[in-house]
Amino acid sequence: MPTRSNPRVGPMTASHEPTRLLDVDALLDDPKRRIIVCCGSGGVGKTTTAASLALRAAERGRKVVVLTIDPARRLAQSMGIEALDNTPRPVPGVSAGSTTSGGGSTTGGGAGSLDAMMLDMKRTFDEVVESQASPEKARQILNNPFYIAVSSSFAGTQEYMAMEKLGQLDKDARASGRWDLIVVDTPPSRSALDFLDAPERLSSFLDGKFMRLLLAPARGPARLMTAGFNMVTKAVTTIIGGQVLSDMQAFVSAFDTLFGGFRQRAQRTFELLQADGTSFLVVAAPEPDALREAAYFVERLSAENMPLAGLVVNRASVDPEVELSEAAAMSGYEKLRDSSDDASRMAAGLLRLHADRKLLVERETRLRSRFATAHPHVATVVLPALPTDVHDLDGLRRIGALLGGDDAA
Amino acid sequence: MAPASSDFPEVQLHVVTGKGGTGKSTVAAGLALAHASRGKTVLLCEVEGRQGIAQMFDVSPLPYEERLLAKATEHGAGDVYALAVDAEAALLEYLSMYYRLGRAGKALDRFGVIDFATTIAPGVRDVLLTGKVYEAAQRNSRNKGARQYDAIVLDAPPTGRIAQFLNVNSELAGLARMGPIKAQADTVMTLLRSPRTAVHLVTVLEEMPVQETIDGVRELREAGLPVGGVVVNLVRPQDLDAEARAALLEGTVDESALAKALASAGIDADKALVHSLVAEGRDHAERRQLEDSQRALVEKIGVPTYELAKLAGGVDLGGLYELAESLCAQGLA
Ligand SMILES: Nc1ncnc2c1ncn2[C@@H]1O[C@H](COP(=O)(O)OP(=O)(O)OP(=O)(O)O)[C@@H](O)[C@H]1O
Ligand SMILES: Nc1ncnc2c1ncn2[C@@H]1O[C@H](COP(=O)(O)OP(=O)(O)O)[C@@H](O)[C@H]1O
Ligand SMILES: [Mg+2]
Ligand SMILES: [Mg+2]
Repeated sequence: MPTRSNPRVGPMTASHEPTRLLDVDALLDDPKRRIIVCCGSGGVGKTTTAASLALRAAERGRKVVVLTIDPARRLAQSMGIEALDNTPRPVPGVSAGSTTSGGGSTTGGGAGSLDAMMLDMKRTFDEVVESQASPEKARQILNNPFYIAVSSSFAGTQEYMAMEKLGQLDKDARASGRWDLIVVDTPPSRSALDFLDAPERLSSFLDGKFMRLLLAPARGPARLMTAGFNMVTKAVTTIIGGQVLSDMQAFVSAFDTLFGGFRQRAQRTFELLQADGTSFLVVAAPEPDALREAAYFVERLSAENMPLAGLVVNRASVDPEVELSEAAAMSGYEKLRDSSDDASRMAAGLLRLHADRKLLVERETRLRSRFATAHPHVATVVLPALPTDVHDLDGLRRIGALLGGDDAA
Repeated sequence: MAPASSDFPEVQLHVVTGKGGTGKSTVAAGLALAHASRGKTVLLCEVEGRQGIAQMFDVSPLPYEERLLAKATEHGAGDVYALAVDAEAALLEYLSMYYRLGRAGKALDRFGVIDFATTIAPGVRDVLLTGKVYEAAQRNSRNKGARQYDAIVLDAPPTGRIAQFLNVNSELAGLARMGPIKAQADTVMTLLRSPRTAVHLVTVLEEMPVQETIDGVRELREAGLPVGGVVVNLVRPQDLDAEARAALLEGTVDESALAKALASAGIDADKALVHSLVAEGRDHAERRQLEDSQRALVEKIGVPTYELAKLAGGVDLGGLYELAESLCAQGLA
């Protein structure tokens, strides 16, 4: 096999696309890098990537906090964050500043640390309300059925609260110096864009026409009470009942005073995402849907002036890099599958696996090179599918090493 | 090779749920084709506004209207229709059907009430979506000119939301305690809780999806909703038996015997090739160990299970028919 300077991390090396390789360690070691956001569509490995990057950064000497969202149960346990209390806690078992391999660390060993937390969406929302309203008003809002609905099931609340929490962590980091790097996971949305759109969606909803109409009586000017509005209230009352309308009205007017605050906070977090110290990493599986989402996201980031660090293609099939083609393996399989001796049956099984893998690699390579052709400037790192799950620090370290391109991975 | 009958002969409404990305839409589409191959007239519905059906069948985006999706080509097969239910359109349709709102109906839209109601009021949206499915399921010869379906397959929201989605009336209880929407929800529930409905869960053999499936089944049962089967999707090739996998894991494979067997099939197996095949096999065996432990958990749920192979080349239309045939053969349809 040919030797190459870049460690082989997956089928990418088999592709002839001039893809730029993402230098993960340079990203993690850059002291100006304060926030890394991992985004992508659901199930692609955002949480795994975020946690692995955070651990690697900490072990290379950064003071890191990672905000995870819905981690797998065993992963949460091994990071010591299964108690959902919305507070960052030190992760046990992190060897601070130990992995300064490659001599890349600029921050010096020994000083690193890793705190982790799991987002509690409802609690974050409640805390925002409590911080913005008088205790009495806050209580009113927290008990309103519409607030309960919005805070627990409005599409986008989780994304919005992730942003809110990021804002809080950043503020805390600046004030206390506890952390110099924040790694953020994003919610398992079906679309990667939900994360960027959520604050806007929530505030445009809260600013919606009907909301304003509901507020009109409380705000006074009678001329707003148009005939149209009366008709609307009447229709709403017939269909869902008067109680609902008055709950709605109570919620909206109680919430009214908070609108401004919400908008401002959302705006600040948006600016934080555009700041120089922020980098986005888009995670995608080598599947058409996930890569399409990733492409949308990449385009959107550039439209919003948000800094993209690169693409992580996760759970890629590893190219066996031996000459045997899919067709040849399949034909061997056909010949041997009905044999009775053990060696032939094993050979058949192995040939079948090899054929499948070749087919997968070929398909994934095609999908990736299509992406690379459309987005040649996006630096990429390919992360192979491990035969095991990633549910403990060793697993995270292994993923981190693969991301960083260690030979020993 | 299809068995004579389906495991769910009484069921008309098949609801397909599962963790995101495990293959709900794919399985729903395959199941619709499977029913059609048994001679049924089928409606395939989606409710999340994503145009997943159009993408899978490579047709232009579906309007809020039943469209012919796959015409029966074989003798004795049925047609498949598709419908993308849209909550806003369903609300307007519902209003015009039950209330003579006239101008008020338009005003509702203009004042953003439709948007408001379907966005915020939890349950309202769901009642409208399931209500439309209910309407399609209830048609009979008295509804002149309306198409009747022998089977309806619903590509439903993911497991985390499914009990809430289907349990429409209890979700509404906090908001609309009475009134027509509540009455509508009650009617829909009688169908959803009846033996005419089955909720199938799609999973892959990994920890998180399996855990979600177990939790989902519990929640559905608690809500009195009928659980159908579990579809295990994306199953890896099963050619290597337990003994072979053990040898691979323990590193006790007889490589020279293997090379000989390969040579007998015309494959010139040098050391590098044999090593590579063995390494690939070891990875596979390790993954299979994990899958088998998850499969044991799935079996403990105590509902019928069905397995679909991972199609290495991806799922195209031909792939959907392949999955459909497998579902028929296993008796889900
Ligand atoms: N048996 C299979 N073999 C190969 N690929 C499959 C199989 N089943 C599903 N897939 C692929 O997996 C991906 C996800 O499938 P699908 O869209 O059906 O999932 P879903 O559960 O509906 O996702 P979502 O939660 O986003 O709605 C698709 O690219 C699909 O083609
Ligand atoms: N490269 C990988 N190899 C093997 N398993 C992986 C890999 N990446 C992720 N996983 C597993 O896939 C599952 C989903 O990953 P997760 O990070 O929770 O996805 P997301 O946060 O995008 O929903 C987890 O069980 C994780 O252990
Ligand atoms: Mg996650
Ligand atoms: Mg889907």
